[in-house]
Amino acid sequence: MTVQTTYDKAKAEGRAALVGYLPAGFPTCDGAVAAAKTMVDAGCDAIEIGLPYTDPMMDGPTIQDAVHRALVGGTRVADVFRTVEAVAATGVPTLVMTYWNPVDRYGVDRFARDLASAGGSGLITPDLTPEEGGEWLEASDAHGLDRVFLVALSSTDERIETITGACRGFVYAASLMGVTGARSAVDTGAPRLVERTRAIIDKAGTGLPVGLGLGVGNGAQAAEVAGFADGVIVGSAFIRRLLDAPDLASGLAGVRSLTEELAAGVRAGR
Amino acid sequence: MTMDTAARGAEAVPDATGHFGRFGGRFAPEALMAALDELTHEFEAAKQDPAFTAELEDLLANYAGRPSLLTEAERFSAHAGARVLLKREDLNHTGSHKINNVLGQALLTRRMGKSRLVAETGAGQHGVATATAAALLGLSCTVYMGEVDTERQALNVARMRMLGAEVIPVKTGSRTLKDACNEAFRDWVATVDHTHYCIGSVMGPHPFPVMVRDFQRVIGVEARQQCIDMTGALPDAVVACVGGGSNAIGTFHAFIPDESVRLYGFEAGGDGVATGKHAATLVGGSLGVIHGMRTYLLQDDNGQTLDTHSISAGLDYPGVGPEHAWLHDTGRAEYREITDAEAMEAFALLCRTEGIIPAIESAHALAGALKVGGELGPDATIIVCLSGRGDKDMHTAATFFGLMPEEEGR
Repeated sequence: MTVQTTYDKAKAEGRAALVGYLPAGFPTCDGAVAAAKTMVDAGCDAIEIGLPYTDPMMDGPTIQDAVHRALVGGTRVADVFRTVEAVAATGVPTLVMTYWNPVDRYGVDRFARDLASAGGSGLITPDLTPEEGGEWLEASDAHGLDRVFLVALSSTDERIETITGACRGFVYAASLMGVTGARSAVDTGAPRLVERTRAIIDKAGTGLPVGLGLGVGNGAQAAEVAGFADGVIVGSAFIRRLLDAPDLASGLAGVRSLTEELAAGVRAGR
Repeated sequence: MTMDTAARGAEAVPDATGHFGRFGGRFAPEALMAALDELTHEFEAAKQDPAFTAELEDLLANYAGRPSLLTEAERFSAHAGARVLLKREDLNHTGSHKINNVLGQALLTRRMGKSRLVAETGAGQHGVATATAAALLGLSCTVYMGEVDTERQALNVARMRMLGAEVIPVKTGSRTLKDACNEAFRDWVATVDHTHYCIGSVMGPHPFPVMVRDFQRVIGVEARQQCIDMTGALPDAVVACVGGGSNAIGTFHAFIPDESVRLYGFEAGGDGVATGKHAATLVGGSLGVIHGMRTYLLQDDNGQTLDTHSISAGLDYPGVGPEHAWLHDTGRAEYREITDAEAMEAFALLCRTEGIIPAIESAHALAGALKVGGELGPDATIIVCLSGRGDKDMHTAATFFGLMPEEEGR
């Protein structure tokens, strides 16, 4: 199922979509599934499952900490597919967000095949651009998967055109120049990036939604982002709830209340 | 073949987007693409700009001390079983080949109107060189260094701080060079409008591998001519150590079109590749993507980077520059491992036969020369890139050889 359907549905309801991120295997494999299901239950429209990787070059301390724990706990690629399968069974589109090497190592076509059979919707690839993504473009076509590339504040219009032309599902707009992690304010450049991206998509006429991520961590920020983007992507703030909780049950309660706050935010923004 | 045609022949690689055959490229976050494009453009323009090349040449000659010597190592040669010539990068200002690249990148930084350098460092040689160039050109400088390395290379931490650089110990992952690279990339993506990431080896996303190579190829250009002047002929072999691979590419590059010259890269074998405790990427690695490039790396079957081991902090890295991967695949260069013990034996031998204390990194090349010498025989001439001096390694060496006062009491 393409995640664009979910974006379109949210749009029809006059709101932005809420997309939640969590790495597989954190705090445990079962804990991650429970947390993702809680996020779905409390109002996330789509889920991104992170594939824990030893060298998360684009992630800040919170996600680094979570993926480190997942790896120490023995999380493997097979666990990521199992997590996707469990989360996708709830009926929401479930994507995998991953650095490129684990996919490359697994075999791009084989990864696409196994992701599709787990019920996954596609991949978000923070260190793969369309220029180096030939094999993935083919495999995602062959297996009917979404492919979400990123645009950044520093992207030229020419690059945004190339990137959005290669995307399926949505395009991930990185709201700030920096690594993942909640920030006190949404970067002032973010609305302009979404506006530029949307103008280029409109010209192409694909209706590709624009999701905005990086730095969003509370309901007020979600509302602000929902005012100009089609989707709000939140990751580190969920992880923070789990990291700071004394046990899984209270962590899940924290995840639930944050999801509800964000879900209210994406409905209040317009 | 003249030097100019030799250079042109070798420069057909990489292609315009930084691919050395199936290696290299640009596996980087979109946020860095504009900066990488700008860097590519400025580097190409600077190479054609006589004022830029004149300023760089002046700094290399009158600040760094180039050309570096080619020293006949007679007593060491007796052990190697062949004639060994040492390319003395240890005599450069700051004590290693790293200064060649850093001066080039620092000038480019100023040319791009940026005011700050970030760098990763393993042994600290590249960090010291970057801090030096930053001080010289009035740039601010932050160096990321794995916590393990700040401990084993404490002297270089002090040097960088004396030069005005901020040194940040990296406490994530394996707390060595690869984690310092991650942290430097994280810094750069947030500061790219005023900061240049001065990568210290022929690694990373395009244009870094080709740019750093071009700044380092002076080593081989000089050595080739010096060898001809000294011996009347090309060498039979050129030998260098390989971590990321910058001194090796710098030494090899001018010789690539000289088909009679064998090229040997020696990787850090640690306790031996068979033990799994090593950093010999080309000998024991597999194809993948790390730090923005497609190359060989040390990884498990899930694509997770493996922890590496080497007595040499500067070689303790799980990837290797994409041009080396290409030279390995094409067979133009041959890559082998040298264990910690072999490297330290060669370290001691050079100290006692030539009165030169090499960096432990460079000792891997020396150990390689001892092997290659035996294979090629007494008529052979071997150029060894002595990439750095060993002052920084005195603590490690003294501990290894039991020379520390506290060791004597045991």
